[in-house]
Amino acid sequence: MKRIITATVQNRSGVLNRITGLMQKRQFNIDSISVGKTEVEQISRMTFVVEVEDMQKLEQLTKQLHKQIDVLKVADITDHAIVARELALVKVVCPPASRNELQSIIAPFRASAVDISKDSMIVQVTGDSDKIEAFLELVRPYGIKELTRTGVTAFLRGHQPQAADGNTYSLITN
Amino acid sequence: MKVKAQAVQERKPAAEVPKTGADLFVEALQAAGVDTIFGYPGGAVLPIYDALYRAEPRFQHILTRHEQGAIHAAEGYARVSGKPGVVIATSGPGATNLITGIADAMMDSLPLVVFTGQVGRSVIGTDAFQESDVMGITTPITKHNYQVQKQEDMPRIIKEAFYIATTGRPGPVVIDIPKDISGEVYQTAAAEEPIHLPGYQPTMKPNNNQIKKLIHAISTAKRPILLTGAGILHAKASEEIRAFAKRFQLPVASTLLGLGAFPASEPQFLGMAGMHGTYAANRGLYECDLLINVGARFDDRLTGNLEHFAPQATIAHIDIDPAEIGKIIPTSIPVVADAKAALKELQTAEAELPDIQDWREHLQHYKEEYPLWHNNPAQDLVPQWVLKAVHKVTEGNAIITTDVGQHQMWTAQYYSFDKPNRWVTSGGLGTMGFGFPAAIGAQLASPDSRVISVVGDGGFQMTMQELSVLQERKLPVKVLIVNNQSLGMVRQWQEFFYQERYSESLLDIQPDFVKLADSYDIKGVRLETQEQLVAELPSLLQSDEPVVIDCRVLRQENVFPMIAPGKGLHEMIGVSR
Repeated sequence: MKRIITATVQNRSGVLNRITGLMQKRQFNIDSISVGKTEVEQISRMTFVVEVEDMQKLEQLTKQLHKQIDVLKVADITDHAIVARELALVKVVCPPASRNELQSIIAPFRASAVDISKDSMIVQVTGDSDKIEAFLELVRPYGIKELTRTGVTAFLRGHQPQAADGNTYSLITN
Repeated sequence: MKVKAQAVQERKPAAEVPKTGADLFVEALQAAGVDTIFGYPGGAVLPIYDALYRAEPRFQHILTRHEQGAIHAAEGYARVSGKPGVVIATSGPGATNLITGIADAMMDSLPLVVFTGQVGRSVIGTDAFQESDVMGITTPITKHNYQVQKQEDMPRIIKEAFYIATTGRPGPVVIDIPKDISGEVYQTAAAEEPIHLPGYQPTMKPNNNQIKKLIHAISTAKRPILLTGAGILHAKASEEIRAFAKRFQLPVASTLLGLGAFPASEPQFLGMAGMHGTYAANRGLYECDLLINVGARFDDRLTGNLEHFAPQATIAHIDIDPAEIGKIIPTSIPVVADAKAALKELQTAEAELPDIQDWREHLQHYKEEYPLWHNNPAQDLVPQWVLKAVHKVTEGNAIITTDVGQHQMWTAQYYSFDKPNRWVTSGGLGTMGFGFPAAIGAQLASPDSRVISVVGDGGFQMTMQELSVLQERKLPVKVLIVNNQSLGMVRQWQEFFYQERYSESLLDIQPDFVKLADSYDIKGVRLETQEQLVAELPSLLQSDEPVVIDCRVLRQENVFPMIAPGKGLHEMIGVSR
C-alpha cells in the first residue's frame, strides 16, 4: 500500500543521506521524496511516498525514522484530511497545428503552457497525483518528449474531521 | 634477543605552542572524563597526536597494532566498564579498518566515541591522499555521526557525541575531523553551549497503563517466562531483574548477550535459549503463554523459525528503543523504558502472584532430564570439558571474552555466568578476531579482574598481532586458544548441511602458538591431555603475567543441542547423546 509520510528534520549535512540510507537498508521502496525548507530556520520538511507491505512494516519505518537524531517529528498522514500536491513539467510534441487542441486540454486542468517552440510545448501541471496522471493520459497520444515530476509534498488541512483518527507518532511516547 | 618492554615513553618537554583545534579536542575529552584512548596515529591525525603528547594530565593511550584491535579493545572496555570506549584513527585506511568494530558496536549497543582524521577541508571530495568518505561509510552503522566543519563546533559536537553514545540505547558515534580543523591555530572562543538535541529524547520512564497491563498479564498467566537480554546489563538492572523474577517465581531464559544479567546458578534459570540453547529454555519459550522480554531484540539466532516462536504466547517487551518493539514479533504489551525504571515500577506495583507451580515443575523436569551433554574421552581434551575446567579454576569470577563460533557457544553453555558484565562476546555481528583485543580493553577497564580470552585458532589469527600490547603493557590477559585446527562452526555446518564437504574450513597448517608467544616475550604453553590441563591450568590462569595457552582439543566435536536453520524452537537436534 502507498503511504504518505512527512518528517520534520534538522537541516544538517547528511540528513537526507541518513534517511534514504535507512530506507534502503531496511528495504523500503520510495516512490517519491520531496524536501525543502520550512518557516523555521534550520528545519526542513520531507514528504515521502512509500510502498509498504503492511501496518507492521509501516510502524517499523516510522520508528526507524524517529530514531534518527536529526529527525524531530514523523507522521503518517495518509488517512488524514490532507492537501497533497505535486508538480509535473511535460514537454509535449506540438506542431503549430496542434496548439489550439492542446490548449483545450490544458485549460480544464488549470495547467499552463510555460514554453512553446516550433514543434513542442512545455506544460506545467500541479495537483494531486491522480490529476497529474489523468492529464498525462490525455496528452500522451500527442507524444511526450520529456517528463519530470517533483514528487508529492503534503500538509494536514487546518480542520481535521473528528472521525479520522489516523496514526501519528510522537517522539516522547510510543 | 628479547626486546625490553617500555610501557611509557619519555617525553620531550613541551615547547610553548599556540593552541590548535586539536587542543580543543583534548580539552573536550578531558571534560568528558576520558582517561583511556585506543588508537593508531597517521597523517590526518598528526595534530591530534601532537596535542595528546602535550596534554596534561596524560591520557592512557593504548597503541594497538591494527585499528581493528583498537576498536575491539574499546568495545571490551565499554562492555566491562559501562563507560564509553574512545578510539582515534587516521583518515582513509585508518578509518576503514575500524568499520568492522563500529558495525559490531552498533549491533551489540556498545557506547563508543570514535574519532577519525580526515583530509583538509579544501581537498575533501577530490580523492586526496588517504581520503575516504567516512561519513558516507559510517552512516548506516552508527547511532550518529558528525564531521567537524568549524573549529568552534568541536566542543559542542564532542559533548553531544558522548551524550548520544551513552544514553538511551547505547551505540557508536563517529566524529570525522579534517586535518586543518585540528591543525590550525585556534582563533574564536567557543561558546559554552548546553546540549540541545530536540530530536533525541530517549524515554526512560514506562507508561503506567502498560505496566498495569503487564502486571495483569503476569497475574493471570499459566505459563509465563522471562527472557533476559543485554538491555538489562546496559541499564545496570541485574539486581532488579533478580528481584522481579524472584517475586513472581518466573522461569528465566537468557539471550547470548544477556548472560550474567540473571545468575546462572539460580534454580529458576533455564539457560541460554536459541540455536544452541538448552532444551529447557527453548521449550520454555515454545510452550509459554506469556513471554516477558526485557532488553532483548528477538534476534533470529534466538527465535529460530518465527512461526514456531512462542506460538501461544502474549508477548510483552520492555525496551528503551521503541523501534525494537514489534520489529520481529507482534507485541501486545509494549513498554518503552529503561529496563531499570520499568522493573522498579513492576516491583512496586500491587499484584496477585500467578499460580504456576505446575509449569515451574514441568520446566524443572526438562532441565534435569535434558541437561547439556558432551563426549567424555579418557584423556583427550574436549572443548566443553575444558571450559568447565576454566569455570572451576576461576570459580566463575573471571571476565571472559570470545569471538564467534563453536568456542563462543561452548563458553556460553559451560561458563555459568553469575554476575553481570563479565561476558564480552560479539553477538549480533558475530565477529572473528573480536575476543582477544576485547580482552585487552576489558583488562584495562578492570585491572584487578582475571581476564580470559577464549578464542578459536581461526579467530585468534585475525588479530593476534595485539600480543604486542600485552607485552608492552604487561597486561595479565590469558589467551585460551580452543584449538581444533579448523573453523569449527563452518566445519560443523559443512558436516551437517553440505555432506561433509569441508571447503576451506580445515586449518592444517598453523603457526606454533607457543613460539609465537615466545617471540613477544610472553609465556606460551601447549595443553594436550586432561591430566596436563588439570595439573597446569590453575597456575596458568592465576599467574600475574600474560599467558597464551594452546589447548589442543578434538577436532570433530560439534556444538549441541542445535536448531537447524529454518527450524523452530521445538525442532532441536542433539538434545541428548
